[in-house]
Amino acid sequence: MYVATKGGERAIDAAHQWLADERRGDRSVPELGVAQIREQMALAVNRVMAEGSLYDPDLAALAIKQARGDLIEAVFLIRAYRTTLPRFGASIPVETDRMDIIRRISATFKDAPGGQILGPTFDYTHRLLDFKLMADGAAPEALRKEAEAVAAPHILQLLDRDGLMEPLSEGAETPPDLTREPLEMPADRPLRLQALARGDEGFVLSMAYSTQRGYGRTHAFVGELRIGTCAVEMEIPELGFAVEIGEIELTECETVNQFTGSKSEPPQFTRGYGLVMGQSERKAISMSLVDRALRWEELGEDYVGAPAQDAEFVLYHCDNIQATGFLEHIKLPHYVDFQSELELIRKLRRAAAGAEVKEAAE
Amino acid sequence: MTEQAYNFAYLDEATKRMIRRALLKGLAIPGYQVPFASREMPMPYGWGTGGVQVTAACLTPGDTLKVIDQGADDTTNAVSIRKFFERTAQVRTTETTAEATVIQTRHRIPEVALTQGQILVYQVPIPEPLRFLEPRESETRRMHALEEYGLMHVKLYEDIARHGAIATSYAYPVKVEGRYVMDPSPIPKFDNPKLGGNAAIQLFGAGREQRIYALPPYTDVVSLDFEDHPFDPSKADHACDLCGSGASYLDEVITDDTGSRMFVCSDTSYCTTRQAEGHTGRLSPKGEAA
Amino acid sequence: MFEAEVLSGGFSNPAHESARAFRACLEAMARPGRIQPITGATPPAPVSPAAGAILLTLVDATTPIFLAESHDTEAVRKWIAFHCSAPVVAAGEADFAIGTWDALQPLSQFAIGTADYPDRSATLIIDCEDLSEPTALLSGPGIETKQPAYLPAIDAFGANHAQFPLGVDCYFTSGGQVSALPRSTKVEAL
Repeated sequence: MYVATKGGERAIDAAHQWLADERRGDRSVPELGVAQIREQMALAVNRVMAEGSLYDPDLAALAIKQARGDLIEAVFLIRAYRTTLPRFGASIPVETDRMDIIRRISATFKDAPGGQILGPTFDYTHRLLDFKLMADGAAPEALRKEAEAVAAPHILQLLDRDGLMEPLSEGAETPPDLTREPLEMPADRPLRLQALARGDEGFVLSMAYSTQRGYGRTHAFVGELRIGTCAVEMEIPELGFAVEIGEIELTECETVNQFTGSKSEPPQFTRGYGLVMGQSERKAISMSLVDRALRWEELGEDYVGAPAQDAEFVLYHCDNIQATGFLEHIKLPHYVDFQSELELIRKLRRAAAGAEVKEAAE
Repeated sequence: MTEQAYNFAYLDEATKRMIRRALLKGLAIPGYQVPFASREMPMPYGWGTGGVQVTAACLTPGDTLKVIDQGADDTTNAVSIRKFFERTAQVRTTETTAEATVIQTRHRIPEVALTQGQILVYQVPIPEPLRFLEPRESETRRMHALEEYGLMHVKLYEDIARHGAIATSYAYPVKVEGRYVMDPSPIPKFDNPKLGGNAAIQLFGAGREQRIYALPPYTDVVSLDFEDHPFDPSKADHACDLCGSGASYLDEVITDDTGSRMFVCSDTSYCTTRQAEGHTGRLSPKGEAA
Repeated sequence: MFEAEVLSGGFSNPAHESARAFRACLEAMARPGRIQPITGATPPAPVSPAAGAILLTLVDATTPIFLAESHDTEAVRKWIAFHCSAPVVAAGEADFAIGTWDALQPLSQFAIGTADYPDRSATLIIDCEDLSEPTALLSGPGIETKQPAYLPAIDAFGANHAQFPLGVDCYFTSGGQVSALPRSTKVEAL
C-alpha cells in the first residue's frame, strides 16, 4: 500500500549534519581557521565582500569556511546577514584621489605624476604551478621602503584639462540604493554602477568581453587602474563635522573610450567607470567596460542590439544571488504543475489522434 | 548566533513597515504589482523569499501558521519555512487548514473553502503575466498602464489555432476586477476558480522580482478565455485512491516499474481529514475503513 | 510635562504591537467600511489613538507626511518627529496625510499615483468624531454584496473611485477604531 513520504524534517536535519561533517573533511588534517582564510585566501574574501556588499573580511572569511569554499554560497550568507543589520547612516563619498595606493597603472600613458606602481600582481608571473607551496616553507619577504608622500591625481584629469574628456556631470546628491528601493527601469548611471559593483564577477566579465569582441564595441583603454585603501568618513550631526570611522580597500578603474561624436556630442574621449570593494581588478575593469557600453543612449550612440547595451538584460541578470536562487529552485518539487502539464498533453494527444482518425475516415 | 539576536519574525521593523505599506497599496489596487525593496533572506531567491517576507510582515504572536508546498505540509521546503517561523516568530503552527490564520503556499490553493480571518500568502516566481511575451519590464509596465492586453489574447488564440485548446495548464492568467491581468502564481488552473469570491485575503509575494500584489476578499477574478473556448479548470479524471474524493486535485504517483500508478490528493490536510472521517478510496486497506 | 508627552505614547512592544496594528489596517483595507479595533498608541490630541497607531505602524523617515491645519500643532509635530522621524511636507509631496476631513480639503491636492505607478499615491488618515452611524453603502473588492459604512462625504469619494486605478486611499479613525476606503470601492449614499 502506498504511504505518502513523511519525515521531511528528519531528512533535512540529517542532510545538514552530513553537510557539517563533509565541511570538516578528514579529521586528521588540521582544521582551517577563519584568520587563515582571511590572510591567505584574501582575493576570495575580497570577492565575497564585493558581491556580498558588506566590507568585513572576518565575516567574509567565515562565510567562505561555512560555504566550503563555494563563493556564491558565501556571498549569499553575507547578503542574508547584511539584510539584518541596522542602518545608522551613510558615509560621505570616499575620495579615491587620496587613496593610499598599493597598485596604480595606466595603459594610456608611459608615466604620470605619482608614478606607476605594479604592486602585488599576477601580471607577468609565469602561470607555472609552484610546487614549493605544497610543502611548508617560509614565504619571501617583500622589499620595503618608506612611503613617499606623493600626490597621485587621477590620470584622466590630465586629459580633462585639455578638454579632450567628456565633462563629468554632477549626479544627484544622494545616489539611489537598490538594497532599499526596488530596481526601476530605466535605471540611471549611479543605479547601474551600484548593480554592477554587486554583480557577479563572471557575468560582468563575460559582458565586458562581449563588447571587446564587437557586441557593442566601445574601444576601451585602461586610463587608470588603482588599488589601495581609502578613509571612510561620516558626518556626525551632533558634532557638525565628519569623522573617520575606518578605512576600506578599493579597486578603481577608469577607461578612456574613443568616441567620434554623435548628433548631440562633439568628438571627445568618453569614460567608463568601475569601483569594487577589495582588490578585485578583473571585476573593476569589466565593470568599467560594461558601464561604458550601457551609456549608449546618453551619448547618442546607436543601439546595435548588443547584450551589454541592454540595461534591463544586464541589471536583471547580473546578481548571482538572485540568479542562483532562482536557478536552483527548479530542484524543488513541481509535481503539481507537472501533473497539470501531463493532463494537458494527454488531452491534446487524444484530440490530435481523434482528428487523424476522422481525417482517415474521410 | 541565537534566535534572540533577530527581531520578531526575523525582519527589522523598518523593512516590515516598507512591506506593509506595499501590501496595503496592493489591496487598494487589486491585481496591480506594487514594487517593493525585497531583502535578502536566509533562504535562496526562488525558494519563497517573497512569500516569507509577506508572512513575516503579517504575523502577530497570536497567529497559527500553516505552510504548504504542492499542497502538502511535509514537503521539504514547506518544512523548512515552517521551522523558520517557529524559530524566529515563535508562532503556533498547524497542518489543518481550518485552524490556520495565515497559510503560506507554493503552487496550490487548499481544497476546503477559506474563511474570513484567514490570509493566504502565495510564493510567486515570476509575477509578470506578460513576461514571457515581452521580456522588458519597461514595456510590460506600459502595457498594464494602458490596459493593453492584446498580446496575451493573441498568444492564447495561437494556442487554440495550433492545439485546438489553450496550452496553459498552470500559472493561468486572470483578469482582476476587469482591470489588471494578473499571474496567479504557478497554481494548476484547476485552482483558478478559487481565486475570485474567496472569503480570505490573498497576498502574493515575489522576492527576487521585488513585487507584491493582492486580492481582497470577494474580488472579481476571471480566467482569460474566449467565448468559443471557455476556460476549463480540468484535472485528472479519477478519484483519490486513498480518500475517494472526486473533487480534489490529484497527484499521479508511479507505484512500480511496470507502469502502475495511483492518484492521491495533492492537499494532504484535506486527504487525511477525509480518511479520518472514514472516506475510503480504491487502494484503502480493506477492513480498516470505519 | 510637554517633553514627557513627546517621548511617551509610542508602542511599549513595537514588534508585537505594530504587527497587531498592521493586521487591523490590513483587515480594514481588505474589507472596506468594516470597523476594526486598533490600539497601543497614546498620541497627543487631536490625533486619535487609532490614528497614532497607524502612524507608528506605517510612517517613518522614508514617508513624508502632511499635517492638515487641524493637526498641525507643535506637540503633534514633535511626537511624529520623535516616534516616526517622518519629514513634514506640503500636501502634494506627502505619502501620508493626517487631519480632519474638512482640514484635508481639497482631495485634489494629494498625489493619486501615475498610470505606470498607481501605488505612488497618498494615504489619508482622517480623524472623525464617530464611525458608528452609516451614511453610505459600499460595494467592490473586499465586499461580498453591500457594506454600510460611515463616510464623511459621498461625492468626493465617488470622484476618487472614478479615477481608478489612480486615487487616494483613506483610513477613518476615531478613538480606538479604524475603517478604510480604498480607491477601488464604489460609493453610494445610504
